[in-house]
Amino acid sequence: MLTVDRLAAGYGRIPILFGVSFSVAAGEFVGILGHNGMGKTTLLRALMGYVPATGGSVTFDGADITRLPPYARARRGIGLVPQGREIFPNLTVAENLRMGCLLSAGDERETIAGVLTVFPRLERLLDRAGGALSGGEQQLLALARCLCAGPRLILLDEPTEGIQPSIIDEIIEALHTLRRTRELTIVLVEQNLHCIASLSQRVLIIQKGTITQEVSPEAVRDPALIHEFVGMAG
Amino acid sequence: MDLIGLTGFNILVAIATLVLLALGLGVIYGMMRIINLAHGEFLMLGAYATALATNHGVNIWISMLIVSPLVVGIFGLLVERLFIRFLYGRMIDTMLATWGLSLALIGLVTTLFGTTVQGVSAPLGGFAIGRYQGSLYGLFLVACAAAMLGGLYALLRTTRFGLIVRATMQNPNMAAALGVSPPRIYMATFALGSALTGLAGGLLAPVSGTAPNMGVAFVAKSFITVLGGGAAFVTGTGLASTLFGIIDEIATERTTPVFGEVALLLSAVILIRVLPQGITGRFFRRST
Repeated sequence: MLTVDRLAAGYGRIPILFGVSFSVAAGEFVGILGHNGMGKTTLLRALMGYVPATGGSVTFDGADITRLPPYARARRGIGLVPQGREIFPNLTVAENLRMGCLLSAGDERETIAGVLTVFPRLERLLDRAGGALSGGEQQLLALARCLCAGPRLILLDEPTEGIQPSIIDEIIEALHTLRRTRELTIVLVEQNLHCIASLSQRVLIIQKGTITQEVSPEAVRDPALIHEFVGMAG
Repeated sequence: MDLIGLTGFNILVAIATLVLLALGLGVIYGMMRIINLAHGEFLMLGAYATALATNHGVNIWISMLIVSPLVVGIFGLLVERLFIRFLYGRMIDTMLATWGLSLALIGLVTTLFGTTVQGVSAPLGGFAIGRYQGSLYGLFLVACAAAMLGGLYALLRTTRFGLIVRATMQNPNMAAALGVSPPRIYMATFALGSALTGLAGGLLAPVSGTAPNMGVAFVAKSFITVLGGGAAFVTGTGLASTLFGIIDEIATERTTPVFGEVALLLSAVILIRVLPQGITGRFFRRST
C-alpha cells in the first residue's frame, strides 16, 4: 500500500533523512522505533508532505505522491495524528471532529457517532473547547478526528508522549479495537517500548536518518536486544 | 427629552460607522493577522465605486450594496494573489507592501479622477425626533451595520465554510492534513474581508464624501477598533465600536468633533493598557 524508496528530506540545508526505504502492506501495523533526533517525526512529516523530499520517492496505492501537498495526500486517504496533537484550541471538541469529517463520505452525525463509540470518554466533552482538554483527552480527540475522515492509512506520531499511563492503556485498547473492526493500515512512530511492542506486527529501527534493522515485536520486549539495536534501555 | 433622543440616535450612528469601518479589517487583521495599511484605500475604492456607478446612472442602492462589495472584493482577490500570498507570516514586509499599495492607490485615483469627484447625496429623507430632525439614512446605516455583524457571526459560527476558515486560521498545517487547501482559504478570506470593506465604503460614501485621501482619516480608527475588540473579532468589533462610539459622540456633542476624536484615541489607549488582549481577551472569550 505504501512504498518508501530511498527517501531523503531535511529542513533547509540540514538533511535529516538519508535514504529511508520500507514498505507497508494493506492492513499491516508497522512500528518505527528510534531515539529522539533520529528522524522519526521528520519521516512522518515527509510522508504527509510538510517536509519536501530532496530525493527518493513515496508511492501510495500505486501512485507517486512524492511531490503532492499535504491536503492532496489527505484526500487520497492518508490520515495524520501529529506529534503534539495539534487540536484546534478555540474550536469545541465537536467542531474539531466536524473538521475531521470534511473528507468523510457519509453523513457527518453518523460518522461522529460511530467514532465516539470507540472513544466514549469524549462524549461528555463535546461542548468543551479543544484547548481546555487534558493532554490525554486531546490525544484521544486527535485520534478520533483522524478517524472521522475515514483514512486508509494512519500515520501516528508518538501518541503516548507526555500522557498519563491510564490513558496510554486506553489509547492502546482503542487501537486494538480499531484494528479488529476497521480496515486500517497504521504506521506508528514511538519511543514507548510497551506501546510499540503490544501493537506492531513488525518493528523497524530508525537510526541517524535511515532504517537500520527490522525486528519482531517480541524482540522489543527484550531490554538487552533493544540496548544493542538502538541504545535505549526499556 | 428631545435632545436625549437625538443624542441617542447620533450615538447609534457613530457606533454603526465604527462597525462598518472596522468589520472588514477585523477579517483581514483580526483573523488573518495581516496588517493591511491600505485598508483606508479599500474603503475609498468602495466609496468611489458607488459614486462613479451612481453618477453613470446605476441605481444608488445597487451601487452601494452590490457594485462596491463586488469591485473591492475582486480587487482584494487580485491583491492577495499578486502580493499578500508571498508575504504570509512576514509582518514588516506586509506592512511595507500594503503601505506602498495605499500610496499608489491614492496617486492612481487622483490621476484618474482628480482630487474631487461629484459625490452622492444621502437617499431617504429625515424623520422627526421631537423638535429635532434625524436622517433616515443614518437609521439605514445602523440596520446595515447590525446585519453585517450578525451575518458575519452566523457565517463563521454556523456554516461549514466558517468552520473551515476558523480552523485554518488557528492551524493551517493541521487543516491541510484534514483535506483543506490553506492557500485557497486564505484567498477566500482576504476577498471576503475586502468585500466587507468595499460595502462599508459604499455605504459611507453619501455621508463621508469621496476624495482620494479619505481613507487616511479612517485607517487609524479602524485598527483601534479591531485592536480594542480582541481575538473574537466579530463580537469584539461590536463591543469596541459601542464603547468608542458612545465616548466619541458624547465628547463631540459636549465640545467639538476634534475633541471627540481625541477622546476616542485616549479611551483606546486606556483600554489597551487595561486589557492588552482587547475586550474579548477577557470577556466573551469563547465567541467569534
